[in-house]
Amino acid sequence: METILVLLHTEAGAPVGKAGLEVLEAARGLGGDVAIGLVGADCAAAAASVAGAGRLLAVEGEAFAQPRYATDASAAEALVKAAGAGIVLAPATSRWARCLPGVAQRAAGRIDTHVTGLNDGTLTRWYYRQRIEASLRRAERPWFLLLEAGIGPAYAAAGAAGAAYERVTAEPGSRTEAKGVIAPQSGEQTIKPEAELLFVAGAGWTKKQKDGAVHMDRAAELILGMLKGSGASLGSSKSLVDLSGEGHAVLPFLSHLNQVGQTGSTPRHAKGLATCCHGEEPHVVGWRFIQDRRAVNLDANCGWARGKADVLYVADAFEVMEELNRLLG
Amino acid sequence: MSYQIVVCAGIVPDPLQTLEPVSTPQGPALKNEAMLPAVLDPWAAHALYEANHLAKNMPGSKVYLVSLAPKAKLQQVLMTIAQKVSFELIALDGPSTGFTDSHDVAAALAAAIEAIPGLDKSRLLLFGGWESAARAAGATLSMTGERLGIREQFQGVDSLTVGSDGSFEIRERVEGGKHLVSQCSGAPAVLGWATGNLPEPPNSPQVGMQNMRTVMPALQKAKPAGVAVTQQYASVALPKQQRSTRIVRDVAAAEVARELAQWIRGAH
Repeated sequence: METILVLLHTEAGAPVGKAGLEVLEAARGLGGDVAIGLVGADCAAAAASVAGAGRLLAVEGEAFAQPRYATDASAAEALVKAAGAGIVLAPATSRWARCLPGVAQRAAGRIDTHVTGLNDGTLTRWYYRQRIEASLRRAERPWFLLLEAGIGPAYAAAGAAGAAYERVTAEPGSRTEAKGVIAPQSGEQTIKPEAELLFVAGAGWTKKQKDGAVHMDRAAELILGMLKGSGASLGSSKSLVDLSGEGHAVLPFLSHLNQVGQTGSTPRHAKGLATCCHGEEPHVVGWRFIQDRRAVNLDANCGWARGKADVLYVADAFEVMEELNRLLG
Repeated sequence: MSYQIVVCAGIVPDPLQTLEPVSTPQGPALKNEAMLPAVLDPWAAHALYEANHLAKNMPGSKVYLVSLAPKAKLQQVLMTIAQKVSFELIALDGPSTGFTDSHDVAAALAAAIEAIPGLDKSRLLLFGGWESAARAAGATLSMTGERLGIREQFQGVDSLTVGSDGSFEIRERVEGGKHLVSQCSGAPAVLGWATGNLPEPPNSPQVGMQNMRTVMPALQKAKPAGVAVTQQYASVALPKQQRSTRIVRDVAAAEVARELAQWIRGAH
């Protein structure tokens, strides 16, 4: 029977993240021998939280607390060897996404990333930035798969304090040191991956309004008010983010990190509300995993109306948001 | 301090084009792929602009553009790109489709980079997009770096600052719209760029003329790359989801807001 290794790293706040537990549950459904490879400064709490789900192995030490390629790749390589894994699953965190392709290369294996479905040895993933969906399988081993968050139910950990695990040795050397994590924009955090709602602001917020003037400050107030009232995560169209590069007035809290679409992110939220955005294909491909979609736009013939949104409100977003913020207030 | 900056960049269909998958004896492909207008892969283009910027600030540095694509398509794309930044082209003739395997593409790219005359790996910076707009796997650059023996790698890079001692401060995108700040002692390194901070450079006829002297011979010398579709595809299709959009018009803003508030609260 093939050994399936699940790679998990420790996280601040929780021994193992939700995405990691989802991957573990997916691995258990594949029908092989499950092994769990843990990486972190101290893996005792993580081991305790997943005890009983499979054989436990860990690479631990201060050098492996930092998210960096050299040590993460070294740890993963050692765990793959120790487990004798044919299939290696990991959640698509930035940490694993950075290093696992290199580990697959070292192991003479193959890798598939952004996996959105895994069933009976066949995976589903998207090509051309979420425009074409494919399912495929491979004969080569080891086969590495990076699974997207939300792929299925999370493993319901029973927990066992003091769970025993096998310690695996890995090379700790690196020329890189992680200094810390910073938020790029000042003020409150606008990108919230766990939020129920994605609120997307398009370039229309910066255009002349009915009175013939641009109301950038008011737009900023309304958008931030919406985020505060609803707890939504803020996304943006490329055209709005790009305005700053072209010397136009911009909304000060937006950066390329907020960008959703062809050259931006493809976030996962249950609901999405687009405002002042035309809903053309390069933008909407970033909405692939937004289940319930609504849009507010003055153009009844915009892209959203052509089967891309569930509801299109043909209305002035300034007026709607003014009232909506009052209701959510 | 000077660097040899190798930028790996493929070409992809223009994002505004409609894409439709078809089945061929060689595996999945795009309908009329040879006819679709192409652009340099967007994130790789940012990497090229950042490479050009770095090379200008580090005298003695040189930028190489390594690209695996059908020669004729690559030539079309370079007519535009070659007017923006200076580089030496290393072309590989092969499919630019996203359905090939990053493992095979990395092998071809690494072999081409190894063959660069006078390559000094101690000064090598391997740039590229952190993901392509075709396969979007985020794997090819990292695997290429591994093949070249580079063990300091960064993905989703938005900024690179070179210190007076040759060390790098690098900011990578991580979860929650944040940046991971890392300090690296210096080259060699792999940097998979996200958007970076630089706008698209304006066209410069002088740069274009200078580049084209080397681009055309490089295209003529382009070696065939042994890249094929090796995965076993069960299906390749457009998403079927077409929503039945309810269009609400001639309704007061207050009424729209009321409906949206109910929807956001989960009651609608």
